[in-house]
Amino acid sequence: MIADALQFFLILALATGLAALVGKAMAHLFTSPAHLALERLTYRVLGVAPDEEMSWRRYGVLLLLSNAAMMTLGYLLLRLQEHLPGDPLARASQPPDQAFNTAASFITNTNWQSYSGEASLSNVSQMVVITFLMTVSAATGIAAAGAFLRGLSRKSAAALGNYWVDLTRVTYRLLLPLCFVVALLLVWQGVPQTLSAEAVVTTLEGQAQHLVVGPVASLEAIKHIGTNGGGFYGMNSAHPFENPTPLTNTLHILGMLLIPAAFTFTLGAMVLRRRQGWAFLGAFTVMFLGFLAVVYTAERGGNPLLAQHGVDQLGSELHAGGNLEGKELRFGIAQTSLFVTVTTAATTGSVDSMHSSLTPLGGLVPLAQMMLNSVFGGDGVGLINLLTYALLTVFLVGMMIGRTPEFLGKKIEAREMKLVMLAVLVHAFSILGFTALACVVPSTVASLSNGGPHAFSEVLYAYTSGTANNGSAFAGFNANTPFFNTTIGLAMLVGRYLTLLPMLAVAGALAAKRVVPQGPGTMATDGPLFTALLVFVVLVVGGLTFLPALALGPIVEHLLMGAGASF
Amino acid sequence: MSEIARTHQPLFQAGVVRTALLDAVRKLSPRRMIRYPVMFVVEVGSAFTTLLFIHAALTGNGDASAWFILAISAWLWFTVLFANFAEALAEGRGKAQADALRQARQDVLAQRLRRGAALSWLQADAAQREEALETVASSLLHVGDVVYVAAGALIPGDGEVVEGVASVDESAITGESAPVIRESGGDRSAVTGGTRVLSDWLVVRITANPGETFLDRMIAMVGGAKRQKTPNEIALDILLAALTLIFLLVTVTLLPFSLFAIEVSGQGAPASLTVLVALLVCLIPTTIGGLLSAIGIAGMDRMIQANVIATSGRAVEAAGDVDVMLLDKTGTITLGNRQATGLLPAPGVTARELAEAAQLASLTDETPEGRSIVLLAQQKFEVEPPRAGALDARFVPFTAQTRMSGVDQGARRIRKGATDAIARFVEEGAGRIPAEVLALVESTARQGSTPLVVADGARVLGVIQLKDIVKSGIKERFAELRRIGIKTVMITGDNPLTAAAIAAEAGVDDFLAEATPEAKLAMVRSYQQEGHLVAMTGDGTNDAPALAQADVAVAMNTGTQAAKEAGNMVDLDSNPTKLLSIVEIGKQMLMTRGALTTFSVANDLAKYFAIIPAVFVSTYPGLEALDVMRLASPRSAVLSAVIFNALIIVALIPLALRGVRYRPAPAAALLRRNVLLYGVGGVLLPFPCIKLIDLALSAAGVS
Repeated sequence: MIADALQFFLILALATGLAALVGKAMAHLFTSPAHLALERLTYRVLGVAPDEEMSWRRYGVLLLLSNAAMMTLGYLLLRLQEHLPGDPLARASQPPDQAFNTAASFITNTNWQSYSGEASLSNVSQMVVITFLMTVSAATGIAAAGAFLRGLSRKSAAALGNYWVDLTRVTYRLLLPLCFVVALLLVWQGVPQTLSAEAVVTTLEGQAQHLVVGPVASLEAIKHIGTNGGGFYGMNSAHPFENPTPLTNTLHILGMLLIPAAFTFTLGAMVLRRRQGWAFLGAFTVMFLGFLAVVYTAERGGNPLLAQHGVDQLGSELHAGGNLEGKELRFGIAQTSLFVTVTTAATTGSVDSMHSSLTPLGGLVPLAQMMLNSVFGGDGVGLINLLTYALLTVFLVGMMIGRTPEFLGKKIEAREMKLVMLAVLVHAFSILGFTALACVVPSTVASLSNGGPHAFSEVLYAYTSGTANNGSAFAGFNANTPFFNTTIGLAMLVGRYLTLLPMLAVAGALAAKRVVPQGPGTMATDGPLFTALLVFVVLVVGGLTFLPALALGPIVEHLLMGAGASF
Repeated sequence: MSEIARTHQPLFQAGVVRTALLDAVRKLSPRRMIRYPVMFVVEVGSAFTTLLFIHAALTGNGDASAWFILAISAWLWFTVLFANFAEALAEGRGKAQADALRQARQDVLAQRLRRGAALSWLQADAAQREEALETVASSLLHVGDVVYVAAGALIPGDGEVVEGVASVDESAITGESAPVIRESGGDRSAVTGGTRVLSDWLVVRITANPGETFLDRMIAMVGGAKRQKTPNEIALDILLAALTLIFLLVTVTLLPFSLFAIEVSGQGAPASLTVLVALLVCLIPTTIGGLLSAIGIAGMDRMIQANVIATSGRAVEAAGDVDVMLLDKTGTITLGNRQATGLLPAPGVTARELAEAAQLASLTDETPEGRSIVLLAQQKFEVEPPRAGALDARFVPFTAQTRMSGVDQGARRIRKGATDAIARFVEEGAGRIPAEVLALVESTARQGSTPLVVADGARVLGVIQLKDIVKSGIKERFAELRRIGIKTVMITGDNPLTAAAIAAEAGVDDFLAEATPEAKLAMVRSYQQEGHLVAMTGDGTNDAPALAQADVAVAMNTGTQAAKEAGNMVDLDSNPTKLLSIVEIGKQMLMTRGALTTFSVANDLAKYFAIIPAVFVSTYPGLEALDVMRLASPRSAVLSAVIFNALIIVALIPLALRGVRYRPAPAAALLRRNVLLYGVGGVLLPFPCIKLIDLALSAAGVS
């Protein structure tokens, strides 16, 4: 117990330290006027003017169009896979609905997979479609957050920066170097990195076993640094080739937390208020620790129904104890709980255990974190989501000091409120609306692997994961049907762009505003009180929106488990 | 903070309440309700449950038992009515005032100058005056018309005095019974329609078309007829509408969710429509949605009670945001009346001689300045004041034309007054002010004091120094303002040296000396450029540009028409210190809005715990565990939550109308206090309340 707590503390402390370094580098990346030679070459090849300052509208349109182009490219490659050279295993192309789902999934940084990597994708697809989209989708999110921070830090300005420059710099200066280092570390720990498609080994029984291999380490690196989460293999990070040791497990955890946490420092540096960054990091951490505690205690406590049947769930020399169903013994309760919390907090969606096998309360945490979508959150978008709630908090409670609401000296008025609420609404509509739709479609029942409230959780989880651009799944749920491929694909696109674009518009509106000087009469947004209020608003607005749905899923399942029922 | 004694009307006056009750029903019209999205949803819900009730009553096979639907429906209607009542009550208080004002706006007959008639005809004999004028109804007067107003007549419309001096009774508007002087030229030339000329006569050029006069605007503002939503209200409305949409989505999707739950668990009944509507109404922010407009109206009302007419709610809102105040030195920081502090004799005149003359000239001068001269002479020069009646003297009062006062005693003609006025006076006797005295005048002025020159006939005796006295308590007031983050800037025509001395004494943060209209405007602009919101007061035409630029601009009612038009508020008491109270009222209104918004959202938690178990308990009995309040039955739980939701609106009407208590404190302290009160309180309060209602319902045998 104490050892576990110490482990959590050390990993979080390490993550914070690394985040501080990377956060500073990111602030430099977003503010430095100088271009690298390689970047200048890229701009020349692409024919873009790197010094053009873009309005939020132009920035947003370019973001949308470039993403659409890349998604189309991914879709076409997945559809044409069987006609492309270089795959000795001759894996078939994906059907249209699945290819749409996959392309949407990876361009939106979701990485929901209705296929199994090793069976469905060639090495070319893994590299050119999956790894490529993983990189640019993360870069897109980070660039957008950079633009948002410019909106916060500028005054009476019309522009948010240059989309092409942001995208290029984030890729060249941030993602590629980080991924290179992480990939090497993974290779050191035994993760395959090769262009050959399979390794054939002779087993003890003397039979030949075909092991699918490929460029795994490079994919794994961006998978976590980019908060993507899509696995090379169907088993994702529970697969020993993706996540062989507790050290790689820790590396994955650190990778996922790195950029979302670093953004709080970037914010502090860019708006010239370090304390504001700490306040947001505090909000992230408080929520994170709360959720971690729930998962950890729920999983550690085990399943009372199993205990009745004499299953030993107490930790001992031989095993870690607790609810070990669906978990890797390599990682045990503590590392698994941490991974579960991190992967759904930072909306990565990779899994090193089966979320469906978590205890009901343990399973509630991933759902709740994705619903709130602002406990660290994905690269860039996590910070934007938290800022969405920060603006909401300022508006709800800020007036109680007797002034119209303002954040960082910028007045929050009707236009900002409209856009903020649009982002909040879209998120809720996508999750609840699509889930309700699936509930009335008769074919849904065929995709379920469980009954009762757990069945509802499976459906709810799918659309929550899609909308929050997380990508993890309540395993057991068959999402590879035309209905689910299409609707979850739509949920991912809606959840990504219809929240990102309104917030870019908010950034544009904020950039144009004057800054009210701070003083004893203005509300401090960088102290513990504001952090507490922010957490409260996130939990209340998120909680009020999703509590009824959660009550019908994990909450009732938990209560019924206590009463002896299982599903 | 407020030193202005407000005339507190009681919150509930029988007459106003009666009208408000009627209005509450009248306001149910959907065409009006649609402007208030939250309450509109409640109204639609009420109508829907009424239909459900009719259906259940007729078929006997309803969504739930008929009496239950009826009870829910009735309480939903009450919710809407309570909200409407709050608004009607807030409006009613203003309407009573508007009615009183309307009486001043009676149509009167005006004496208009005929086309082609010259102004000079009016000063000629009565016959010619008769010829020059025609009688028309005041409602037909337009901008540019010139009217003649004789003593005893009502001024037919807003205008500017072009000829004449008269005392005017403005009590109809200001409530102040002492008459004021109105004269052509200068800063006292504006007159308001509906006020009465008491003595002499005025020639007035009309400056407002019918329906646009000050009185009209005032009636519209007070009566709330032309109330527009303020920017912050619009933003809040958007937030509330979006929350309503979210909760609509939450409740609408609950139906398929519960049907799905029944399908996969093979038991239970779907959530009833009545309960879902009840859940929706409990979740949407009805408390703030219902009270929002009442808060805004009450804010305007508090301004009116402070005798300030704001031309828009926007101005009241901006008052809360003000963080820089430009304050006129005279009247705000220093007493309008200066005190004599020194007597500087001219060459060849003894101090005692000057003291005697000054005292004599001030004997019947009942102004504080005059009294202070008498006192100074008595205390410093031991000149005993003779009894005024004992002297064979004729006292000459101060007039706006002469700008002197004094006494005629036999051949002696003693006068005291402004330098130029005395200069004219001595020139009549072929004298002139000696250069030495002019030097004294200058040095006095340079020290920030006002010089009065004393002359006896053509002989100039010397100079009286009148010094500004900083108001007692003002320093503490400014310190308090600084603590709540408001910067004070003193505006004065004095030279920088004097200004600095007074500024230091009064404790203002900054000052603008030798202020010209351009300098004032530039100062307002530069503060705004830095992001500050600036408030200022003004009365003169030369204040108008700065007033127009300031975010909160309070024009004195005694001020010129130009000033009044440039400002966005008019202070009927013409008290420049009122600015502090105006800021307080603005802050209080925003705080009330914020407090009730927070309270409203925080309330939802408890309502969830009451209703969610009740909705699903038929599908999953295990959810009963969420019913932390242990309510009597699912139906009683839903009904209790709905009743609480309705009653809390009524309970908060006094708070909405009076505003939350405002104590000047830094933002951090205010936030802490209000979060505790309305945030934490908002989370906790509903639990015991709903439980109590539930107990009452059980005791009544309803559950």
